[in-house]
Amino acid sequence: MRMIALRVGRGLLVILLVTFVARVMLSLASGSIAEGLLGSEATPENVAALEARLGLDRPIWEQYLTWLVGAVQGDLGTSMFTQQPVAESIIARIPVSFQLAAMGILIAVVVATIFAILSASFPDSPLDRALNALSSVLLSAPGFVAGPIFIFVFAIVLGWLPVLGWVPLSENPIENLKFAILPALAIAVQEIAALHRLLRTDLITTLGDDFILAARARGMGRAYVMFRHAFRPSSFSLITVLAINIGNLLGGAVIVEVLFSLPGVGGLLVTSITTRDIPMVLGVVTFIAIIYVIMNLVVDLLYGVLDPRVRRPVAR
Amino acid sequence: MSITTRVPTIRNRRTKLSGFVGTAPAEPRVPDGRTRTSIVVWLSLGWLALIALAAVVAPFLPFLPQPATPVGMPRLAPALGSFELLLGTDTIGRSIMTRILYGAQISLTVAVVAGAFAFTVGTFFGMLAGYFRSLTDGIIALITDVMLAFPPLILLLAIASLVTPDVRTVTIGLGIVGIPTFVRLARANAMSWGSREFVRAARNMGAGHPRILFREIMPNVIPPVASYLPIVMASMIVAEGGLSFLGLGVPPPTPSWGGMISEGKSIIAQAPHIVLIPITFIFLTIFSLNQVGDRLRARFDKSAS
Repeated sequence: MRMIALRVGRGLLVILLVTFVARVMLSLASGSIAEGLLGSEATPENVAALEARLGLDRPIWEQYLTWLVGAVQGDLGTSMFTQQPVAESIIARIPVSFQLAAMGILIAVVVATIFAILSASFPDSPLDRALNALSSVLLSAPGFVAGPIFIFVFAIVLGWLPVLGWVPLSENPIENLKFAILPALAIAVQEIAALHRLLRTDLITTLGDDFILAARARGMGRAYVMFRHAFRPSSFSLITVLAINIGNLLGGAVIVEVLFSLPGVGGLLVTSITTRDIPMVLGVVTFIAIIYVIMNLVVDLLYGVLDPRVRRPVAR
Repeated sequence: MSITTRVPTIRNRRTKLSGFVGTAPAEPRVPDGRTRTSIVVWLSLGWLALIALAAVVAPFLPFLPQPATPVGMPRLAPALGSFELLLGTDTIGRSIMTRILYGAQISLTVAVVAGAFAFTVGTFFGMLAGYFRSLTDGIIALITDVMLAFPPLILLLAIASLVTPDVRTVTIGLGIVGIPTFVRLARANAMSWGSREFVRAARNMGAGHPRILFREIMPNVIPPVASYLPIVMASMIVAEGGLSFLGLGVPPPTPSWGGMISEGKSIIAQAPHIVLIPITFIFLTIFSLNQVGDRLRARFDKSAS
């Protein structure tokens, strides 16, 4: 319990710090925002009036506190351009991003596990070497490299899937899957390689342990030992690497959403940065920070489930 | 992930367990498949040398048109015959060959400068933290933790929202984002070397902190830490490409690989080469850096990754 409290506290601190830094940085750059909104013909009085209305003339810490009090109550302010509440815009876009991330992680874990078990079952075989080579290739293919290739091969040359577009999951699950599979794959590519490399090393090391030999000597089947004895300790490091890679995954998701023109949170972030929509940028950054912290928290707690030795506070 | 020492072990092929247990139990051998691929590493080095050379000499080649000048019809497919049309033309008729080479300049400059910056600053502070421990370590560890507590690309995007991005800001941003990796590596290495006998001997002979740090510890810390440089540079090229792709990196008139992918993506059905060529170049460069980095790490980083 104490461990959970510690982790939650640390997470909250990170969120506060991140939003504050974001606010300060954005305020530093916001000098010309009111002028930008009004256009070149604005008089200084007009600019001052608009700055006062947007609260840009007050000290930074006051702006931040006002924003924070609102944020805690679920009010992230309104967009400077569309005049829509920021929280609403974000919530409307969560399902797409969530589905993509979930599918991406699922594909990565499943494929990497299969690859790793094949590799570890026949170490140094041609199959193992082929899978290693494949991993090296996949590791060097970030979203903006893998994505266009997937579009080119599956949508244009083969014509199996539609190129761009989106159908919400709630409307038509099958159509939705057709649009979601390529972006999810593009997100998964690098993760597959990273996880495969790690799991393979891990499984081979574990399989060399005495308790595996003992289990085999007692007459247990290969497959049984592989899953029952070898895989559980390895799943531990699988989760560690996933946790380390969450940051990259979130970044990669932004690029993939833009590449496939998907109506997700990442696309929203990029648009609001290009238009310098401060409340929107801050809202989305906060949202991503919260997701990041929550995911790390979940990973920490999962350790406890998978490995009983960690169920006490430890300094990492 | 541990890089196990490549101790030759006797594989017992006669038992039914071979291939499964297959290794001496005391020292499980993890075949890493890299020992056989040194030809790939040499090819990678060759590619990196080639692309670096091309990027450096590009402005001095008389037969290469300026990157902003159209040289023919838009969307010309790659064709043999003239060097400037070898890779075809882009959406407004500019030579893709020229733009690739000038783009290589941007990517490589950013990666090299930001990588060197992150390496120097990170190694220095990491060594301080690992050598002095206690308070110094506490402060430096706290700062790195905060820096690592945030997705790097999102941080770079946040920076891009404040300042109008250009080569300099992108380089500085990437350099800062890259620091924590080197701090951690240098700290761990400095810690393990700092407690060795020769360091104590030097101290007993009256050597001061600076001398021990830079003459005794640094020469041992540099190789393993530097072996991560190619991999970090690869990730910087990825990040720079991602930012340019989103239109938040090096601004458009300047050619960049990420920007070229972004420009061509909407007409991938009509003129796929506009997208596929920059993708090929960026992929080969990242792949080469990763290969060389893997090799260097296997050679110099005995501890772990």
